[in-house]
Amino acid sequence: MEHRFTTPIKDEDISKLEVGDVLFISGTVFTARDEAHMELLKDKGIPGFDFNGLVLYHCGPVMRKEDGEWKVKAAGPTTSFRMETLEPDFLAMFPIKIIIGKGGMGPLTLDALKKHNTVYSSFTGGAGALAAKGLGRVREVHYLDELGMPEAVWVFEAKDFGPLIVTMDAHGNSHYEEVNKRSSDNLKRIFRERGY
Amino acid sequence: MLDQEQLIDRLVKGMRDGVIELPEDVTQKLQEYLQREDSGIAKQQLSAILDNIRISHEDGLPLCQDTGVQMFFIKAGYDFPFLNDLHRAIPIAVKRATKEVPLRPNTVDPFTGKNPQDNLGPHMPSITIELEERDDAVITILPKGGGSENMSMLWMLTPAEGFKGMKKKVLEHIVFAAGKPCPPIIIGLGIGGGADFAMKLAKKALLRPLGTQNPDDKLRAMEEELLHDINELGVGPMGMGGRTTALAVHIEYTNRHPATFPVGLVVQCWCDRRAVIKVNKDGEVI
Repeated sequence: MEHRFTTPIKDEDISKLEVGDVLFISGTVFTARDEAHMELLKDKGIPGFDFNGLVLYHCGPVMRKEDGEWKVKAAGPTTSFRMETLEPDFLAMFPIKIIIGKGGMGPLTLDALKKHNTVYSSFTGGAGALAAKGLGRVREVHYLDELGMPEAVWVFEAKDFGPLIVTMDAHGNSHYEEVNKRSSDNLKRIFRERGY
Repeated sequence: MLDQEQLIDRLVKGMRDGVIELPEDVTQKLQEYLQREDSGIAKQQLSAILDNIRISHEDGLPLCQDTGVQMFFIKAGYDFPFLNDLHRAIPIAVKRATKEVPLRPNTVDPFTGKNPQDNLGPHMPSITIELEERDDAVITILPKGGGSENMSMLWMLTPAEGFKGMKKKVLEHIVFAAGKPCPPIIIGLGIGGGADFAMKLAKKALLRPLGTQNPDDKLRAMEEELLHDINELGVGPMGMGGRTTALAVHIEYTNRHPATFPVGLVVQCWCDRRAVIKVNKDGEVI
């Protein structure tokens, strides 16, 4: 199923999503990698910034200031697993509804997604130019001086950002777990066939 | 005589081309594998990758936001007279390219967390020089991303474990790595030499263009067997399932100490960026 959402995203829209669904998102998407997760948790957010129903993007973009305005040049997802231990606390503190990343996350996040009715979706890793097209305008940036360009919190006004594939839903299903089970079975089969 | 400014310009251009244009051999392999793929999600991921390659080319945008750390591999003749100029020019060019291309500032002080914003640092950028019988210098620029680099491994196997042990470790590791290094990946393996040497050989193995055959028959057979088995695992593009997990396995080797069997593994993401620049013995940059 294909869905087009605009932020703030509602809880009932999230509950109906299933692994394999395709999403396109418009509205507020903000980036946060490891460092930004830790800073935001420590500072308990950003004064005046409402996280309700927003979209968190695991991304460290290439940005350039042109005529006094920040422009996004390349902004594919980073490896989400680095945030695995941070995400449960993050979701408990900030009521975001969709995470975008690559490579999937582990059982801690899968549990937290269920608890807070949030989904994890995947954008094609390395497709930085394609992502830059959908992210659109930069609305604001936080922690730029402290953390540098890749780790800063960049806030975008996205327009039909996608395609994103729901790979971990809010009901405890993970596409990555399924693939991992299959590849582990294949590994055993290959070892058997090769006599390892 | 060598014109230092021209050399720096060409190095900057090499880095720009390196992060914007994917080498033709990689695009070709991706297209080839798309034809063989039968899973819907896998096809969609490979198509997005090919769309991305086209957009980068058309709009002059970096292929991936992780423009890597810039690694330089130089093969120079024993009597090539401009090595010192080359060595001096590279960091200047990296600093300029970071601003102009732009490249993402990707070198962080491990102690302070400070990012100098210029992709430099102690011993950075990494420059490897090999001297051999030739009269010019060939510089290969490898912008190496962090997600794939994180999946590197060194196994100090026992000689009894040997090649069988190596193949098992590699396959287990690809299942563990899953989507993290941005598959379809290219795998470089270095065998023998010692811990550092094996890792160096593994990274150097990535410089060989895709689709070129290993001139060594026994290595070629091993590369083909491993590639076959890796693609049987079903990890697929971005670890989302499918037949395309790796585009190539490249192996380099040297002799080992009798007590050791080192195997280094370096992973390259689908965004297998490379650029080559040549400087001839008269200092002309080609």
